[in-house]
Amino acid sequence: MVQLRSVTKSFGGSSAAVQDISFHLRKGEFAFLTGDSGAGKTTVLKLIHMLHRPTSGEVRVSRYSSSRIRRRDLPGLRRRVGYIFQDFRLLENLTAEENVAFALEVTGMPRAKIGPRVQKLLSQVGLAARAQAFPRELSGGEQQRVAVARALANEPLVLLADEPTGNLDERASAGVFGLFQKINASGTSVLMATHDAELIRRHRDVRVIELEQGRLVFDSAGETE
Amino acid sequence: MRALREAMSGIRRAPVLTLLSVMAIGLSVFSIGLFALTAHNIDVALSDVEGRVEVVAYLRDDASEEQIAIARHEIESFPEVESARYVSKVEALYEASRELTEFSDVYSDLEVNPLPASLEIRLEPDHRTPDDVEAVADRVSAYQFVEEARYGREWVDRIYSLRRVAGGAAAILGISFATGAALLIGIAVRMSVLARSREIAIMQTVGATDGYIRRPFLVEGLVTGLAGGLLALGLTWGSYEAVQRTLVSLAWLPVPWTAAGLAFAGILGMLAAGRAVRRELRRLDVH
Repeated sequence: MVQLRSVTKSFGGSSAAVQDISFHLRKGEFAFLTGDSGAGKTTVLKLIHMLHRPTSGEVRVSRYSSSRIRRRDLPGLRRRVGYIFQDFRLLENLTAEENVAFALEVTGMPRAKIGPRVQKLLSQVGLAARAQAFPRELSGGEQQRVAVARALANEPLVLLADEPTGNLDERASAGVFGLFQKINASGTSVLMATHDAELIRRHRDVRVIELEQGRLVFDSAGETE
Repeated sequence: MRALREAMSGIRRAPVLTLLSVMAIGLSVFSIGLFALTAHNIDVALSDVEGRVEVVAYLRDDASEEQIAIARHEIESFPEVESARYVSKVEALYEASRELTEFSDVYSDLEVNPLPASLEIRLEPDHRTPDDVEAVADRVSAYQFVEEARYGREWVDRIYSLRRVAGGAAAILGISFATGAALLIGIAVRMSVLARSREIAIMQTVGATDGYIRRPFLVEGLVTGLAGGLLALGLTWGSYEAVQRTLVSLAWLPVPWTAAGLAFAGILGMLAAGRAVRRELRRLDVH
């Protein structure tokens, strides 16, 4: 599903943001990507989303390879890889419903099909009743749920979440994490970057990939492909 | 439809920026409009003078009416020739005495008419170049009964070079103003694009194609450009009216010119927007 092979990414500075990282996230697998701030978690997620190109090594997502992908293939890849940010990144001038519909419109889906699909997605994240609310009228947890619904719109193979609970209180975090588990149970792989040690401790069954200063220092699955 | 809706929403969200862009385009195209108005009026004046360019073939006294009629018919069939008018000796004298009134007494006292008959040959508008005029004069001179063909060579040369200078100046200044306008529009649209940089990044994240992202900006650029073009048209018309009322009578721009000006402003707005979005997309691109 998602495979990193000896991936190094440097931005021209003296040290690489990530160095010689290899791991394989299988279909339907859930994993935490952890490490301190600056360990390289976001860089790894952006490499998988192909917002960054590896300086060396290869990232593979399904049939897409970082060494062969063409610019015109990027939208196709990004529809298959949902991305969730810590700061939600919703469009402020659009309602919850429109924010989700937007991810479907870009694919050219007919309008008649978009409405019912958006309703289904908002119900899935428990926000059907707040469809007409603008982001500023929603709590942090609710905004993150809208972002999750948007990320799921195109039925991604994998969901990348960058500190998705970082801005949320404990109750909202538990709600959002529960949502990820539900999504994962339906077959979508989830890679969640977090430095919340408590969350990781509470879910001992979830695979942990730990980074330190750009290097992979621990993988509970015991593999470094 | 989505692109138009998004473009309108973009304009509503940043009315001041849009107004600035419209003014930037309007003022730039206005300067082009003023120049076009000047160039057009110079052209009208030159065409008026140019219309008087003609070849006059003076005929020998022994030329028969039949020879003249055949020659006239032949000359009129030259592709360069619009018309050939026969002026008899009597008509020439009459016209001379009418046009040169101070010599009317001299003409009336003459026992023999010294003025030759002639053929006044007008050329087609496209064939009033020095080369064509000379070629027609040469061909006409070849007739045995033609004493001499004259065409005011210096004038033709002067008018023709004036026209070329005016055309060249119009092209150079037009390109300069257009470049200035494009730069101004580029800055204004780039500000608008930067203001929506976050939105563009989100679109890329959810898998929007470059074309999908670019379209609303292109429509916005087109609408802004057309609005700027209308502003420029209004300002040019105002200047035309002001000059017309206070200084000198002018000719207004031909309709195709104003239509081309509007289209130009619209396309300029669209191209500038396209360039600004392309730069932003490259900035956010995979790196």
